[in-house]
Parts: sequence; structure tokens; C-alpha cells
Amino acid sequence: MKQEIIKSPISTILVWLVAVLVTGTFAWILGDIIFHGVGGISWEFLTTAPEDAGRSGGIGPILVSTGLILAVAMGVSVPLGVGTAILLAEFTSATNWFGRFVRRSLDILAGVPSIVFGLFGNAFFAKTLGLGFSILSGGLTLACMVLPILIRSAEEGLRGVPDELRLGAAALGLSRTTTLFHLLLPAAIPGLLVGLVLGIGRAIAETAALVFTSGYVARMPQSLLDSGRSLSIHIFDLSMNISGGDTNAYGSALVLVILLLMINATAAWLAHQSSSKYNDSYQFR
Amino acid sequence: MTWLKDKISSPSKLNKSSQFDWDWVLVWVLRIMAAITGAIVLLIVIFLILESLPFLQVKGIGPFFTDQRWNPTEGLYNFTPMLWGTLLATMGSVVVATPLGIISALFCQYYAPVAIGNLYRRLIELLAGIPSVVYGFWGLVVLVPLINRLHPPGASLLAGIIILTIMILPTIALVADASFGKVPQEYLLGATSLGLSKWGTICNVVFPAAKSGLFTGVILTVGRAIGETMAVLMVCGNVVETPSSIFDPIRTLTANIALEMAYALGNHRSALFVSGLALMAIIVLLAVAAEVITVTSSPVTKNS
Repeated sequence: MKQEIIKSPISTILVWLVAVLVTGTFAWILGDIIFHGVGGISWEFLTTAPEDAGRSGGIGPILVSTGLILAVAMGVSVPLGVGTAILLAEFTSATNWFGRFVRRSLDILAGVPSIVFGLFGNAFFAKTLGLGFSILSGGLTLACMVLPILIRSAEEGLRGVPDELRLGAAALGLSRTTTLFHLLLPAAIPGLLVGLVLGIGRAIAETAALVFTSGYVARMPQSLLDSGRSLSIHIFDLSMNISGGDTNAYGSALVLVILLLMINATAAWLAHQSSSKYNDSYQFR
Repeated sequence: MTWLKDKISSPSKLNKSSQFDWDWVLVWVLRIMAAITGAIVLLIVIFLILESLPFLQVKGIGPFFTDQRWNPTEGLYNFTPMLWGTLLATMGSVVVATPLGIISALFCQYYAPVAIGNLYRRLIELLAGIPSVVYGFWGLVVLVPLINRLHPPGASLLAGIIILTIMILPTIALVADASFGKVPQEYLLGATSLGLSKWGTICNVVFPAAKSGLFTGVILTVGRAIGETMAVLMVCGNVVETPSSIFDPIRTLTANIALEMAYALGNHRSALFVSGLALMAIIVLLAVAAEVITVTSSPVTKNS
């Protein structure tokens, strides 16, 4: 029916123009990063240590630090997030005060600016808990930050599981623990994975929350209590504080964008998997 | 449905005596996890207040508006130029990005052929995920030199507005797209049968029906623009001055924290936490406003 609406040319032209403008701007940004960055990327660039404050050399230790920060962030937030999502989706009614409180605070948490997470991480993890500027502080700060995203998609995944499974399990006399671990969680795995992937995407893109939690040190980290520079901070530092660092900043930016493209594609593929799952196999209603 | 998921009676509750009650353990473990999650926001607020108190107790809020300028080493803490910076950059970008984002969503829903619309939506989703530091870097090496040629110094309020617009446009477009998607097909069919043009249908039927979703989207975006740090820090020049033209450099509240936190001590550090607390308060207010709009405007589908 959409095609049958009579067209009014001026507005149609305007809408198409905006779409072309937006697409063009983004093509410009991505094209610029790819064009200038692609020459700098090589196996050597990915594995060697930065030299001369990052002007030459590679990003090896920075990739390791980024990986460790992500591992800490996801290692803490995934169990916590999935647990919370299970409670909200399966064990709490919509009117329960505790569920409402948790939901409300997650809504606020999702909107907190990353720099405020940075302040909090600095005051709580680095100073009060005495972790200092370290990969652990940075990872824990990011864990707080990605929780809302994780919980939202995990909850959606669980809600997508048909109620027939729960009724069937109850009718068979399975305990709720058994139902959860043997039926609901396996069935909700695609949704949980989408959350995981989106969370990694958010965490890897973050800069402001890490500046004064995980710090700037570009050496290879020896332990989780060492300061470690993430890829995003490396780009920031090279472009702002180091003159002549643009070439390597382009290379690092391209690496970051490629990682995010891969993360994005994985999330889209997983989301597609989870949406098609029950359309095929559970049509008996 | 007369039953609720959380009320399905569980067999293990019926024969409690026979074995250890794992369901009870499970529920309490989950409750503790959820309590930790829910407590994070409270912890953030508590720590922001704790770190702000040393300043607020000694000096109060007055110095932030009455001191001559921002110069923490001399004990001068005037936030006003930075408040203007944040306000102007946010307003500018929201004013530009809102129509562009909404028109992008209209394009996806009503103008583009289905395949192109889906492709465009995928592009917007992708852009929403690009790190702010990448946008900032592009702004620094491409946009700022361009503006510099037009009107030096280049790093300016204008550069900040452009970068913020590019960054928040995907958020508005995605929320608007979702709320247009919820407008009932009957409305569109009715409008068509009454002979309304496509643009007439959009102005008179689609917009009123999707109003609350659009407002919520704009509010979310305002929060995003206020909180954005790195990109703005990289392109705005960071001079602490109230701008008199769009080509003047500015420093936002968030950029100020990121720039000075590394070496701030004592009152200076505490003052930075006060600005963080203020940002947090604004975000909470915006979240409340978004909730009020969602609750008060009744869903359109009900009265159809």
C-alpha cells in the first residue's frame, strides 16, 4: 500500500537528499580512515611494540592490554548481567518493587556519561579499593558500563523462549533450577551471545572511562595490576599529544573500526539466528 | 493468560523435606546479583557526592558562578564558560541532528524501496557503534583544517556541533524508526483512502501517532550529547572562554574533567567531581522526563 500513496515530489526529493547526505558523510569518514590507514597495517604493526612514543613501531602491547581489559570487563559483567536478567525475566513479576528498582537503576545507568564512569572508577576502584591505575580498575569500570546492554539483550533472549517449555517442564515435575539450566538457558543462548557481543563492542569503543582508570602506559602489561593502554586511548594520545603520530593513529583507528565491523556482523548474524529459531521448530501452537 | 512465569508452582517447593532446596538457593543467588547490579547507580552517586563534599562544605556552590575565571591553581573555579560550552554544543547539535535523524527514519520506513531501506538502517546501526575517538580523530585531521581554511582557528564550537551531530544522528534515527514502525497500518490505509498525499499523511497522521517515541528519542539524544567527551575534546579547542561566535573555541564540562583529572589534587579534584555530579543530576532528570513522557502519552494503538 505504501506505493499507492500519491507522491508529493518536493518532500520526496528532500528526504532522498538527506539520505544521500548522511550516507555520503559516513562514506567520507570511513573512506578517509580506510584510505589512510590501510597502508600502515601489517603483521609487524600488529605485533611489535610502539617506539618513539608511538610515532613508529606497532601496537602489540596495546592490543594485549585491550584484550585483558575486555576480558576483565566481560568476565565480571557476564555472570552478573545474566543472573540479573534471569531474575528479571523469570522470577520477578512486572509489579514487584525490587524488580522495578533494578530496572529503573539500569535505565539510569544506561544513560550515565562515560566520563562520569571514569570519575567513579577512579574514586572507587583505583582509590578506595586501592587497585590504582590498572587493567583491573579499567576492566571493572567498563563492567559497570556494559551491564545495561548485556541485561537488556539477555532478558529479551529469555523472553523469546516459548512458554510451552516452562509449562512442559513444570508439568513434568522438573525443579526450576533444572528447567533453567537444561531448558531455558540453552534455548536463550543466541540472545545471550548477542548481548555479549554488543557489550564487547561498547567496551572496545570506550575511551573516556579508561583515561584515569586503566591509564596510559604503553608497555606490555605484566599483570592485571599494571597500567595498560587501550587501543582507543592510543588513538587519542597519538592524535592529540604526539605530533607526527597521525600515520600510526590512522592504522590504529582502522584496526579498531575493523574489529567493530566484525563485532557488528557477528551480532547481526546471532540476532538473526535467535529470531528464526522458534519460527521453524515451534509452530505447534 | 491467567498465569505468570514467576508464579508457576515449582515441584521442588512441594516436597521440601525430601531434599536440599536448590530453587531457594538459586533465587537468592540471583537476587544478590540483581541487588549488586541495582546498587551500582547508588554507588556512583555516593562516590560522586563523597568526592564533591570537601569542596561543597568549604566553599558551597557560589564560587562556580561568581569567581572571575577558571584557574584552579589560583583557587578560582568559575564553571560558567564551560556550562555555556556544553549548552551551546548540545543545543546546536540536537537542533541539527533531530530533523536529519527523523527524515532518515522516514526514508527507511516510507520512501526507500525495502532493500535500500534495510541497507540504510544497517548503515545507521553500524554508525551508532563507531567509537567516539574515531569520530574525534576524523574531526581533528579532516574537519578542523577545513574550518580553519574558512575561519581560523578551526577547532571551534562549529566543529563540535558538526561532530556531535554526526554522532547523535544514528540514535535519533533508530529511535524514530522504531516509533514509526509502531504506527498501526490502519492509520496509513485510512489516510490513503481519504486521498492524503504521502507528505500529508506523514505530517498529519504519522507524526502525531509517533509523537511520544520521537520526544523520548530526542531526550535520550540530549543526554548523549551532554555526556560526550572524547570527540568534543578533540575538535573544540578547549579554551576556557564563553564563545562569542560559532568559530570560537570552547571547552565543555566533560572535556574539562578529562583534561584536568590526571593532575588535579585537593579542591581542584573535588571541583571536577562537582561537575561530574552535576552531569549525573542532569542525566537523572532527563531519564525522569523521558519516563514521564512515555507514561503520560497513552499508546496510540489503544484508541484505534
